[in-house]
Amino acid sequence: MSDSKYFQTTKKGEIHELKEELLSQREDKKKEAVKKVIAAMTVGKDVSMLFTHVLNCMQTHNLELKKLVYLYVMNYAKNHPDRAILAVNTFQKDASDPNPLIRALAVRTMGCIRVDNITEHLCEPLRFCLKDQDPYVRKTAAVCVAKLYDVNPELVESQGFLAILNDMLGDSNPMVVANAVAALTEIDEVSKHEIFRINQNNLNKLLAALQATTEWGQIFILNALCKYNPESSQEAESVCERVTPRLQHANSAVVLSSIKVLMKYMNSIHNNDVVRALCKKMAPPLVTLLSKEPEIQFLGLRNINLIVQKRPEVLQYEMKVFFCKYNDPIYVKMEKLEIMIMLANEKNIEEVLLEFKEYATEVDVEFVRKAVRAIGRCAIKIDRASEKCIQVLLDLITTKVNYVVQEAIIVIKDIFRKYPNKYEGVIATLCANLESLDEPEAKASMIWIIGEYAERIDNAHELLNSFLEGFKDENSQVQLQLLTSIVKLFLKRPKDAQQMVQTVLNLSTQESDNPDLRDRGFVYWRLLATNFEAAKAIVLSEKPLITDSTSHLEDSLLNELINNISTLASVYHKPPETFVTKLKGLKRGGLRGVRDEDEDEEPEYVDDDNNNISNTMSPQNSQQGYGQQQQQQPQGPQKTGSLIDLDLSDLNFGSPVNNNQMTGGYGQPQQQQQQSPNDLSFLGGGGGRGGPSTPPKVNKVLVYGKEPNHQNIVISGAFTRFNGRISLELNLLNTSQISMQKFKIQFYQNYFGITPADPILSCGSLEPNQQTDISIPINTTGASSPQMNPVIDMCIMVLPSQERFYFKITFPFNCLLTENGPLDKESYLSMWKSIPELNERSRDIPVRVQFNPDSILKSLASKNIFEIVRKRVGNQEEISFLSCKTENSIYILLELTFNYQTNICRCVSKTTSPDIMALFEHTLEFLINNPY
Amino acid sequence: MISALFLMNSKGEVLISRIYRDDISRGVANAFRLEVIGSKETRSPVKLIGSTSFMYIKVGSIYLVGVSRQNVNACMVFEVLHQLVELFKSYFDNLDEDSIRNNFVLVYELLDEILDFGYPQNCSTDVLKLYITQGQGKLKSLDKLKQEKISKITIQATGTTPWRTPDIKYKKNELYIDVIESVNLLMSAEGNVLRADVSGQVMMKCHLSGMPECKFGMNDKILMDKERAGGQARTTRRGNGIEIDDITFHQCVKLTKFDTDRTISFIPPDGEFELMRYRTTEHINLPFKVIPIVREMGRTRLECSVTVKSNFSSKMFGTNVKVLIPTPKNTAVCKIVVAAGKAKYMPEQDAIVWRIKRFPGDTEFTLRAEVELMASVNLDKKTWSRPPISMEFQVTMFTASGFHVTFLKVIEKSNYTPIKWVRYLTKNGNYQMRI
Repeated sequence: MSDSKYFQTTKKGEIHELKEELLSQREDKKKEAVKKVIAAMTVGKDVSMLFTHVLNCMQTHNLELKKLVYLYVMNYAKNHPDRAILAVNTFQKDASDPNPLIRALAVRTMGCIRVDNITEHLCEPLRFCLKDQDPYVRKTAAVCVAKLYDVNPELVESQGFLAILNDMLGDSNPMVVANAVAALTEIDEVSKHEIFRINQNNLNKLLAALQATTEWGQIFILNALCKYNPESSQEAESVCERVTPRLQHANSAVVLSSIKVLMKYMNSIHNNDVVRALCKKMAPPLVTLLSKEPEIQFLGLRNINLIVQKRPEVLQYEMKVFFCKYNDPIYVKMEKLEIMIMLANEKNIEEVLLEFKEYATEVDVEFVRKAVRAIGRCAIKIDRASEKCIQVLLDLITTKVNYVVQEAIIVIKDIFRKYPNKYEGVIATLCANLESLDEPEAKASMIWIIGEYAERIDNAHELLNSFLEGFKDENSQVQLQLLTSIVKLFLKRPKDAQQMVQTVLNLSTQESDNPDLRDRGFVYWRLLATNFEAAKAIVLSEKPLITDSTSHLEDSLLNELINNISTLASVYHKPPETFVTKLKGLKRGGLRGVRDEDEDEEPEYVDDDNNNISNTMSPQNSQQGYGQQQQQQPQGPQKTGSLIDLDLSDLNFGSPVNNNQMTGGYGQPQQQQQQSPNDLSFLGGGGGRGGPSTPPKVNKVLVYGKEPNHQNIVISGAFTRFNGRISLELNLLNTSQISMQKFKIQFYQNYFGITPADPILSCGSLEPNQQTDISIPINTTGASSPQMNPVIDMCIMVLPSQERFYFKITFPFNCLLTENGPLDKESYLSMWKSIPELNERSRDIPVRVQFNPDSILKSLASKNIFEIVRKRVGNQEEISFLSCKTENSIYILLELTFNYQTNICRCVSKTTSPDIMALFEHTLEFLINNPY
Repeated sequence: MISALFLMNSKGEVLISRIYRDDISRGVANAFRLEVIGSKETRSPVKLIGSTSFMYIKVGSIYLVGVSRQNVNACMVFEVLHQLVELFKSYFDNLDEDSIRNNFVLVYELLDEILDFGYPQNCSTDVLKLYITQGQGKLKSLDKLKQEKISKITIQATGTTPWRTPDIKYKKNELYIDVIESVNLLMSAEGNVLRADVSGQVMMKCHLSGMPECKFGMNDKILMDKERAGGQARTTRRGNGIEIDDITFHQCVKLTKFDTDRTISFIPPDGEFELMRYRTTEHINLPFKVIPIVREMGRTRLECSVTVKSNFSSKMFGTNVKVLIPTPKNTAVCKIVVAAGKAKYMPEQDAIVWRIKRFPGDTEFTLRAEVELMASVNLDKKTWSRPPISMEFQVTMFTASGFHVTFLKVIEKSNYTPIKWVRYLTKNGNYQMRI
């Protein structure tokens, strides 16, 4: 009994043959034919042209055949809305068939056909089925209401289906109740009105059904219970009482959903004994999750993370169950480690440290690093354990395993920040490992330690000097740290470092492209030149102690996530509206603002103040800067616009001139930066209802196969950028007689180094007349040849086995622009000044679309050209300053002047590599005139 | 809710797709292939690409992928996926590319029934086999069933005991209980028990007629204490109660009843099923103790001596005992001496594998080995990570937790007395000793 034979019909004329078979009088022949059709559909072949023929087989009493036809109709009705209407008759007939299975099947399938003229015909059968005497039909009809609501909410509301659903909560059959609950919950989430309200009346119905329905039904009901806010402590207690037996269910989702209900209702219970008892009851089922399948363990752990933050007492004695097993999957180990840190306390720390030490010798590098970091975090968290932690770290350093040593140094720096002047004894050991450091973060940490304790390290100047030699090749993190540490050394031991400080200031201010480094260099320079003592007070001031808040979510977020236990939100640790596009909650999202956009799932360790506070002047000073900015702000756009007139060129080295100008524009740029990722996520969200799949639709252009000598293959394609990744979307159609396989792709060497990430295409073989869509990730790290003219046309070839096809595709320049293009005002300014006048270009772009700078700029922002500030000049002109950054880190600075009278947009631009500008202007003109 | 389910092979080619909601298209499978299968760095079973979430498990060479664009109950999705695997296995024995192709019509039909608009409806084999009969030639096609019979099916499928039909008849009423315990152990190199726990399973095979009400009893400490306090102490009951940390039950067990008076009562499904799972951590009798000594003698030699001691009555014995002693990757030769069983160096596992078919109770055996290492060519400073020694075994009629069944009552209208069988088996879970 093998169905695989249905897949093996690839000969020519098969469609015709299928048509014949579908017309056959014999039921078994028809069934065979439909199976072949479904098989073709399964492998992605387009068999929609058989629609009418398959439809003809619908009127049958053979349930198996009927199911197959329904499956087909579901898949292709959308392509043939006009013909799908032909199915309505049969659907309606089936919906009143004596066999309940067929009635249910008809309603279920009809609901899946999202064609307007069909939905209208669905209403009558649906109304009958909702009141059907058979529970199986009723439970199917309940879900069908949710389907219909998704297509046409007005229709559902006007037909009164929602009232019927609410009545169904009192149905005698628990599964019907559960499905009605599921449908109502979902509709309520997207509806403008409240259509599902749990009150004392239906609460009891739900609780009764909870005991009797299937495992899935229990989940729906438990989820719905979370919507209810108990009116009294007693009520909350009694709900919890009814829910706790569910903790013994074999289905983990039932268990986690019950825990969600308990966590929520516990907030309303005043009796502390009851709360304590509930907490005690929750612990064992949570631990049991850890003996389930690894994926469930992972989910359990992500949720335990939240529960422990909210109610640490639940699992406080359960440390041992979180010890990692050697063969746990890595994602389970990482989560266990996180929870071990959370549960670590003075009593269990020794045991825990032994475990961490053990993990630090394992194979997986990332896990080992996290284990080392965990030791550091415990040291910071538990004062009395710090000494033991340091000892373990020193033990690990003696293993000489490169990445262990580096990670250990990074965490020891943090420990120094928490316990200053306590463990300098270990510095000698650290210094002995200098040469093994090759990671920027470890280097920077080591340099920070040397600078901080310069007075106690005799050869501090030699050590720093050794780093200084390779200054230019270092990562900016290291450069910044080196600059600071040398200044510190100079302040502490002026004689030893005079030469070095001169060198490093020169390197930072004169030979670096990095504005941060330059700015910091200038600040130090002026500071040192003006007042040595003041510099000392500022740079060597006492730093605030750090705490470990890595694993702590903000209260409001935590509470929201607790209400979402077991869902994806609890896995991502992000509120639902950040990753779900279709929610009425999106409006609520406005209140929450942009806070979570750049929040990483695993926030980095708290040490970033290490770079800021220790180096940026003193807190008072920077506050002044902010205050000043706030005063300037209200003066309106004219003032902000004039920042371009600020002249930085007279700020000659060594002579600090006007500090006020320096601190000119803090504040606003930050706002800008926050907004832009927000915009991006909006664009990246894809269409909501019925929209395309994840990436936006790409308009592929026919590139090969249009000329007579082109044979065998038709290729269309286009480049696109989505979520920070460039890809080439290709569509291949095999027009030859033979099957093609082993596709490879190659690009000609080009100016931007654009190459496919993987030259081998993952599309398998392409049968004659088959077509396929491929998305090819693109790198910009290929060999680039700067001599070549930057061109927009990419020459590409595709090689299936032996043959080669050459073609050209236009590469839209904006695909090269990265998401981190926005600059703040000062950087923009200083960059503008630093680029020679020679590179300035200007060009007038006639605007042929509606002349609306707002929408044009918004459209540009979506293409990663970001506005920094805008000002109005007179009545007729608006000037906007923009920046963008290419994949190879070239900044392009723009000044667009929109003239309302002439409908012309004048573009003045500057960049360090002017040879790309012609191309850029061309693209800009296109983008302006083709918004979105 | 779940927007789509994909079954893919290890290359990421879609074998079967079933799209439940309009918010995604078949094309998202491509994103999954590129971002998850194609990328080696994926380290989580949940992946968010754009605003589409992928939840997946891998069984053999098959990926089962649930896709959603909502804030779906992720745990539920994984439960569905895992139950789906069980379901497929019960319909066509093993789950691989061929079996899916061979049964694609059936798979479609099942997928249609299991989820409706992405809401799980029923994954239970007992129920589905009532009306999804594809590929099971023996069963009568539904078309020929009488109308009342179909209504019976639908009522049962949605009712409170969907797992059992009322008209089951056996000539001989029999009941088999298997208590299977897996012992998990993590021992430090110094011989301290870092953690030890037992996860037990009570498997049942019922050949019972009618709608029997069963009550199951075990030596649960809480229950026994309760009975004692209630003055019902029966001196005849042997042994002490054991402390059970947590129990989960098959859906047939009345949880509310268990919550109120800790009685386990249920109407069982027909045939085999898992009645309950439990977990204990207190007073565990470890069936085997391992004393390992592994010494690295310089850079090219390793000496180890591993002693295994059985810790149960001499009347019993362990079977299929296997000890896995890891060796470094650059092992050249192993000289092994064992007192019992056979031991061999297995280069593909980087370990010495020591097998003892029959291990009597209360005895100890030792393995001694000298391992010669190839002088490592590359100056890799990384030392050998010393993975733990692991062990496999089975001991029958022994429970590490001390669990035993105290009674099983069957009450049925026709008042028959079934024949009952109970077996106990303890085997290894994650049984590891660090060295």
